[in-house]
Amino acid sequence: MSTSVVSAPRAVPARRRTRQMRHRASSAALTAFTWIVTLGFFFPVAWMVFTAFKTEAAAATSTPTIFTSLSFDRFAEVLDRGFGVYLLNSLTASVMSTVIVLLLAIPAAYGLSIRPIIKSTDALFFFISTRFMPIAAAIIPIYLLLQNFGLLDNISALSILYVGMNLPLAVWMMRSFFSEVPLEIVEAAQIDGANFFTELVRVVLPIVAPGIAAAALICFIFAWNEYFLASLLTSTMARTTPPFLGSFVDGRGQFLAVLSAASTLAVLPVVLAGWLAQKRLVTGLAMGAIK
Amino acid sequence: MTATDVTATAEATRQGAPGLPPREPRSEFGRRHKPELSAGQKQALRLARTLVWPAIVVAILVTQIPFLVTIYYSFQNWNLMRPGSRGFAGFDNYITVFTGGAFLQSLSATVVITGSSIVLSVLFGLGIALLLNRTFVGQGLARTLVITPFLMMPAAAALIWKWSMLDANVGMVNWGLSVLGVDPVQWNTDFPALTVIMVLTWQYTPFMMLILLAGLQSQSKETLEAASVDGAGPIRSFLYMTLPHLRQYIELAVLLGGIMLLQVFDPIAIMTRGTGGTKTLSYLLYERAFVGLEIGEAAAYGVITVLLTIIVASVALRLLFKIFSTEGAKS
Repeated sequence: MSTSVVSAPRAVPARRRTRQMRHRASSAALTAFTWIVTLGFFFPVAWMVFTAFKTEAAAATSTPTIFTSLSFDRFAEVLDRGFGVYLLNSLTASVMSTVIVLLLAIPAAYGLSIRPIIKSTDALFFFISTRFMPIAAAIIPIYLLLQNFGLLDNISALSILYVGMNLPLAVWMMRSFFSEVPLEIVEAAQIDGANFFTELVRVVLPIVAPGIAAAALICFIFAWNEYFLASLLTSTMARTTPPFLGSFVDGRGQFLAVLSAASTLAVLPVVLAGWLAQKRLVTGLAMGAIK
Repeated sequence: MTATDVTATAEATRQGAPGLPPREPRSEFGRRHKPELSAGQKQALRLARTLVWPAIVVAILVTQIPFLVTIYYSFQNWNLMRPGSRGFAGFDNYITVFTGGAFLQSLSATVVITGSSIVLSVLFGLGIALLLNRTFVGQGLARTLVITPFLMMPAAAALIWKWSMLDANVGMVNWGLSVLGVDPVQWNTDFPALTVIMVLTWQYTPFMMLILLAGLQSQSKETLEAASVDGAGPIRSFLYMTLPHLRQYIELAVLLGGIMLLQVFDPIAIMTRGTGGTKTLSYLLYERAFVGLEIGEAAAYGVITVLLTIIVASVALRLLFKIFSTEGAKS
């Protein structure tokens, strides 16, 4: 990698040429290495997708084959098992909880960042600290309460719990985005006679929209992928995708291709959304906390 | 309870920390004395409080109240199989927890699994971030592919790793090893903890990478070039310039990763079911409550888990506070 290696003194142009060539060679080697690491890292995902298109017999051979025959049969098989219902439940819980989180977190983050709150630090630390508590420590009362009210296996109840889970993170991320809004713009709007809601909706929200999108995406991903609460609090009606996938553990015999097809369908929405929004994801995760 | 304690600790840290850099006047953060407010500002303040309250109330209702009830349950003698025998138990549940032997094993499993996953994913994340921070052919595509494991549903990732990658007969890892002439390894049964750590590291490396890459990209190119002109090699400028610059990003990555990994449940439930040194505190609690139906004992585990998390959290919040407090000085 080192480009500053200087060999025996030679004529200047020749030396520069060797250095350039060496630089180019090491750069190409590094690029090749980067790609090997990248593909190695991505391999399990790619293999899952390949396997989803195979027959069970082809999937279960000990020597890997890329494609023996390409078929969508496994996907059809998974959907025949009622997988669509689980996907729909996941979608409902994720969207519902994300919308409620946004409705609660946008005003809160606004209040914490732009408006003068003396105790804003304490409120912020409170939010973060609720996220530190393992949800397992609250699960028994939650379970018994839902059981008493007949709300086990209920997608709305699950969504509310996801709100509790994601709200702190959303407030925390959004606060930092709201803090980036130049105070002058807000003041100018106030002088122009904008009332509070006009100010928030017309002036501030458009500026922080990318940040809100990032926070919403993170909340959606966490809700979509959540396993612990979903596996304990839902059974048939409101079962979401992760616990349904988890039930494959108990399956015996040949099922690798079906499992891969189900997993591919389950991860697809979030992976696509994450790919499309990756720049914002970075901003949301890192800059949101550091700036 | 938790919240108050952690907040109090953070508060103490904030006021006790000597020699903090002066804050920017605009920042609401850490303002210590009440400024004189005009009538309009007072109205704005009231409005601001009104805006924050709904979120706080929901957070309290959904997470804090159930925890208070958990504390109450932890002093109850209560097994769901024997509904009639419920009653006050004093500290019996806590004594059972500490004398039962499962607790210490579980604590060490949590430390080993969480700790090594964090360390490994930060190291790999840093390496990959450095590789991806160069300009090369297909940079964008490579970055897209690398972040994918973070987006994978943990349940799906655990299953794919268990059956497709690490299975003794048809797993790709064993196939790769057989090409190198190594005998097949029974990953799931012989090395359960390592199996879980591998999956967690794979899932969290992109998360760490995203944060660290953002850190690398916020470093000024001019400074690095100046260092290179002054004769600093890539290794020296990495050690003396890049690493110090990345410090707060690394702290943040460890903090956020720690919060998520401490609560990890899915890969354990799916891959090992708590066997072979993988019974973390969350899994143990789940087992006592939902398999053993020992509500009181499980609640005691819950309370202890939270107490331990508070200790970790206050250390982590101290780091976080450092991140916040340097924000004025940095730019």
